[in-house]
Amino acid sequence: MFLEGYGPQLWNGTLVTIKLALLSLALAFVLGLIGAAAKLSANRWFAVPANIYTTLIRGVPDLVLMLLLFYSFQDLLNRITDALSQPQFDIDPFIAGVCVLGFIYGAYFTETFRGAFLAVPSGQLEAGVAYGLSGRQIFRRILFPQMMRFALPGISNNWQVILKATALVSIIGLHEVVKAAQDAITGTSSKGAFHAFIFLAVAGLIYLGLTTFSNLLFLVLERRYALGVRQSEL
Amino acid sequence: MSTRDGTLVVENLHKRYGKSEVLRGVSLRAKAGSVISIIGSSGSGKSTFLRCINFLERPNAGRIFLNGEEIRMVPDKNGNLKVADSGQLRRMRVKLAMVFQHFNLWLHLTALENVIEAPIHVLGLPRIDAIERARENLAKVGLSRSVETMYPAHLSGGQQQRVAIARALTMEPEVMLFDEPTSALDPELVGEVLRVMQRLASEGRTMIVVTHEMSFARNASNHVIFLDNGIVEEEGAPDQIFQAPRSERLKRFLAALIK
Amino acid sequence: MIDLVEQYWQQYLWGTAGHPTGLVITLWLTIASLALGFSLALPLAVLRVSKTWWLSVPVRVYTYVLRGTPLYVQLLLVYTGIYSLDAVRATPVLNAFFRDAMNCTILAFMLNTAAYTTEIFAGAIKATTFGEIEAGRACGMSNYTLYRRIILPSALRRALPAYSNEVILMLHATTLAATATVPDILKVARSASSDYYLPFVAYGIASVLYLGISFTLIWLFRRAEDKWLGYLRPVAAK
Repeated sequence: MFLEGYGPQLWNGTLVTIKLALLSLALAFVLGLIGAAAKLSANRWFAVPANIYTTLIRGVPDLVLMLLLFYSFQDLLNRITDALSQPQFDIDPFIAGVCVLGFIYGAYFTETFRGAFLAVPSGQLEAGVAYGLSGRQIFRRILFPQMMRFALPGISNNWQVILKATALVSIIGLHEVVKAAQDAITGTSSKGAFHAFIFLAVAGLIYLGLTTFSNLLFLVLERRYALGVRQSEL
Repeated sequence: MSTRDGTLVVENLHKRYGKSEVLRGVSLRAKAGSVISIIGSSGSGKSTFLRCINFLERPNAGRIFLNGEEIRMVPDKNGNLKVADSGQLRRMRVKLAMVFQHFNLWLHLTALENVIEAPIHVLGLPRIDAIERARENLAKVGLSRSVETMYPAHLSGGQQQRVAIARALTMEPEVMLFDEPTSALDPELVGEVLRVMQRLASEGRTMIVVTHEMSFARNASNHVIFLDNGIVEEEGAPDQIFQAPRSERLKRFLAALIK
Repeated sequence: MIDLVEQYWQQYLWGTAGHPTGLVITLWLTIASLALGFSLALPLAVLRVSKTWWLSVPVRVYTYVLRGTPLYVQLLLVYTGIYSLDAVRATPVLNAFFRDAMNCTILAFMLNTAAYTTEIFAGAIKATTFGEIEAGRACGMSNYTLYRRIILPSALRRALPAYSNEVILMLHATTLAATATVPDILKVARSASSDYYLPFVAYGIASVLYLGISFTLIWLFRRAEDKWLGYLRPVAAK
């Protein structure tokens, strides 16, 4: 057998990766909208914390933040359970992964949405105001749809980064693709060292498949949102 | 005393940006059916004045009455005036429809959707009625049915501005405000928009038009206001303004146009 | 907490003579990877924009694969994967090279940043206004001279904002070296954390160090942009 029986594990790992990425994306998306609104707000009590959030998160590497948050919370939890004389409660790495990745990429999405909101020509909003639309109507029917067109390239970029960042969650014990590959390597270590290369290459190909599929999906989405307004994103 | 005769009265409007005072006490009285053109050089405060009427800019002082009802204003923390009752402001805005220099059509909506958006979501009109009204007005501004499903980006400037006029008409406003409606158009497209505006004027609509197009001011309006440096330098009937200007500044302004 | 700082501060920053750790290693990794990646990306970018398909396609495949897979996987491939190949083990030169964790790490980082940088430079080259190229040809410049004096200088300047982003990302990426046993800031933090059971402090110190380097880099790049991109700034109204 080509994958020495580790096929199912790799497949499961892939599913976990996809789920992790999607949930993190959802969380990051919501945090990004809130963050962008806060950053653009005239109220300094909103704008300043939002600025601190994006500056700190984007200035510290993902892996460091992940380990910082994961182990600190685990430690805090341990101290609490010790104080209450309860058995130790281990944080599930999947949930931890979603929370951390969502939290981190919320900061990147904040910048994406902020730029997108600012890119909507102010004349559009003025017309809404002049014609008597309420603030909520203006946001829902004019600002948000147009903002999404500008945000799409940024969203696509961030999604690809999140997808690849899920590999890091294997370090805190989550059984996703990379961990499955590593388990396969240790499991077949007796069969000759060449297998390490093969399994890692397979893991790489799985990611390549996921990113390729995402690219195609976003191409379709961009065409649907028409106008094709692009920022020079890289 | 509320008179439903479409009267718009603006008294003594002042507007300051930082240290420079852009409007230094401008007043206007528009009865139903009057077509008022506001002319003047750039920086005279014409657009600012118009935009204060529907509160896209906040004046520092002055009073605004529509149909005899005063829009109540209170000072805000920057020394500007803001509306006391936002509900009243929305009701007023519904009766004042604005046509912008850069059209400001909603780019993600088709021409038809642009025209029916406010009637449905602000006036509460049923969709079918809104579409019917919209189609009438789109035809009125000379656009064929095929334009309905097109997006603004695919229309010429003249077509976009006419859609914008149809959008204003469909709100069935009492007063129409035009902010330099042809300034952003290529010369060959200016004519089609002016013709539409002239038709509206001859129908008896109340229009306040800030413009550089002297042909409109001269032939289609019944009152012309010359704004210079934030005050009304001279005003009167078109014949008088263009053929017998009294103030020095107005004479110089008109002379510069001919060159 | 004070104990942790007392015992580890030196390791966080520069380690000991003969066994450097922490900040110096992180900076070394960042600079070495970037420098090597940059040098590789320059010729690759020129190939990438070439009209000859058998020149540009291999480069496109390279950048596509390296940008479409996680750096972590690439690092594991080089560190564990390649070393596992019998062909590598058999050759003494390769064997010695791939045994060393630092070599593997820098190699993996270099290949990765080269891929991203190639795309950045290629984009910047393509954005050169056609008029500038025409003017060069009209003066009789050869392709080589054209590239050297006109296209590349302007492209590199144009690429500055995007490349500054890449530099910050490379700094962040060096943390992966810790998984390959290279003693960078993160590795020191891990040791400190498991030693004192104070993860928040240990990783917190690491975070602060990375923040400091990031801010410094951003400041440096802003000054570079002012100096080299000044010609693009709009003229102040009189």
